[in-house]
Amino acid sequence: MTIENLYRRMLLIRRFEEKVKQLYQAGEITGAIHLYIGQEAIAVGVCSGLKDSDYVFSTHRGHGHYLAKTSDIAGAMAELMGRRSGCSHGYGGSMHMFNPVKGFMGGNGIVGGGIPLALGAAFAAKYKKTDSISVSFFGDGASNQGTFHECLNLAALKRLPFIAVCENNRYAATTPVTHATIDEDMTKRAAAYGIPALNVDGNDVEKVIEAIITAIKYVRSGKGPFLLDCKTYRIEPHCGIIADIRPEKERAEWQAPEKDPLNCIISRYPEIFNNGKITVLENEINTDIENAVMFARQSLFPDIKEFTEEFKVK
Amino acid sequence: MRELTFIDAMNEALAEEMERDKNVFIIGEDVDINGGVWKETNGLLERFGHERVIGTPISESAFSGLAAGAAMCGLRPVLEFMYMDFVGVAMDQLCNQIAKLHLMSGGQIKIPITIRMCGTGNGTREGAQHSQSLEAWFAHVPGFKVVMPATAKDAKGLLKSSIRDDSPVIFIENRNIYYDKEPVPEGEFMVPIGEAEIVQTGSDVTVIAVGYARRKVITALKTLDKSIGVELIDPRTVDPLDMNLILHSLAKTGKIMIVHEAHAECGIGAEIVRRIASEGFDYLDCPPIVLGGKNIPTPFSPPLEDFVLISPEEIAKNIVALAGNQIY
Repeated sequence: MTIENLYRRMLLIRRFEEKVKQLYQAGEITGAIHLYIGQEAIAVGVCSGLKDSDYVFSTHRGHGHYLAKTSDIAGAMAELMGRRSGCSHGYGGSMHMFNPVKGFMGGNGIVGGGIPLALGAAFAAKYKKTDSISVSFFGDGASNQGTFHECLNLAALKRLPFIAVCENNRYAATTPVTHATIDEDMTKRAAAYGIPALNVDGNDVEKVIEAIITAIKYVRSGKGPFLLDCKTYRIEPHCGIIADIRPEKERAEWQAPEKDPLNCIISRYPEIFNNGKITVLENEINTDIENAVMFARQSLFPDIKEFTEEFKVK
Repeated sequence: MRELTFIDAMNEALAEEMERDKNVFIIGEDVDINGGVWKETNGLLERFGHERVIGTPISESAFSGLAAGAAMCGLRPVLEFMYMDFVGVAMDQLCNQIAKLHLMSGGQIKIPITIRMCGTGNGTREGAQHSQSLEAWFAHVPGFKVVMPATAKDAKGLLKSSIRDDSPVIFIENRNIYYDKEPVPEGEFMVPIGEAEIVQTGSDVTVIAVGYARRKVITALKTLDKSIGVELIDPRTVDPLDMNLILHSLAKTGKIMIVHEAHAECGIGAEIVRRIASEGFDYLDCPPIVLGGKNIPTPFSPPLEDFVLISPEEIAKNIVALAGNQIY
């Protein structure tokens, strides 16, 4: 994928999430909303190496993963607004976006809950002798769940085509990673289960791509699982309803232009991103997002009769 | 008719379904090289290989989720817990993932998974963590079907139906009847999910016996005066319940008793009574009875375990009292 396209995808996620935040504050989107701002390089980098036939299992903070894997802006926005035209027909919501045709197998409301499911897709790929692989996104919080450890062991044991992508954004809800473990280096945990792994600067999309290419090559060749430990930071609080208690200084450091996943690409490639180019991209993305909002607003809510019939609601 | 044990009848069902559909596979602890601790998968590894008979480490969360993820991608796993009690460590995968994925995906994803709860039940002196009947846990969570065969024939027929069902099915097996030989028809047959069976007809009292309680009720009936006409019904599936058949019987007898191994408190019996209260209240000549285990974790010591479980003697006593309207 070209540098321009990588940037464009990250910009889409950034502006989409900003729009979601705005609509959430206006009351047009309700519920628990976990924004992906600041982590865009990981979703875009990882998904740039995947095919539609590869599986992605996401988390509670999954809008970015969804957009990076599917490019379905309208389906995502309509889902957040609870509409029938949403990617999960309005039945799932922010944490449960699905698009199986594009290999997007759902977010998850339970921290660490999706890792075993992702393992199952890897198992199915091997069982059916396809060349598909399965990617499980999870955070530093999930790395302390039993499912993480059980699944690394099982994935290695059965040599499953499975890539574990840890997005260490430094906080599990409000608990700093340093309060949750004495060693946050996930590559060591991978090593304990005999799984190769790489530490990755999760805010640099080119570094993420370099790592995922290595991982995919290894996994697709049938050697077994791989782990990427991506260091990043979420710019927004854990979710819409929880106050942000993180130190100002820390937040400012991670938002500095050289750390920001979008700005660092712009400054690295000034010949591509002259002012005119950035304006064009911003305008195109803005139009796409406004169209998605319009589409969602004009869509109907799910039909209760259809719901009760399809799901035999009593 | 030929006779098979409950275990062999299920083994036959597995082999037939694996032969029929290459997407069916088995996963669980000890199911491969030793054919399962109950011998429930005996011979299947030799027949279908390690690709389809998957032994696992003791990681119930991981392998439950693995089965679910595989089901999301078109396979039809038969997932096995060695004892039903062990499901506690995998409840997130069952209740938050498996039961809800179909709905959360807007119906785009199906989870055709059979979850065998092996080694369920009480009475074998194994202590509180190996002596439970937890069907009510799963009947309470929308998204599951829950079946409880009590005969070898039903075990085979319901297992085949469960494997072919597109929804997650909790398949509960009582270990006390695993090795008893019972008549099982030759060849392929199915027992539909959601269909109760009238074990014997009668016009005085309706007795609903859930799972293994069917055996205890039959033992109790042998001690009773034959003049009491007991209609014995085995629901076979506890979710969805075959309320039509239950209400039809109650309309005839006016008196009903529900018996199960599980604690009476918040159990399937309580649920059947709730349904009767709203759908068949006028049929009742007297209050319904629910007999179940006492509301206490199962103690080890044999006299204590026997004390907390429902006995054929108590069942017999209550049938007599109910038949004679002496239960007020």
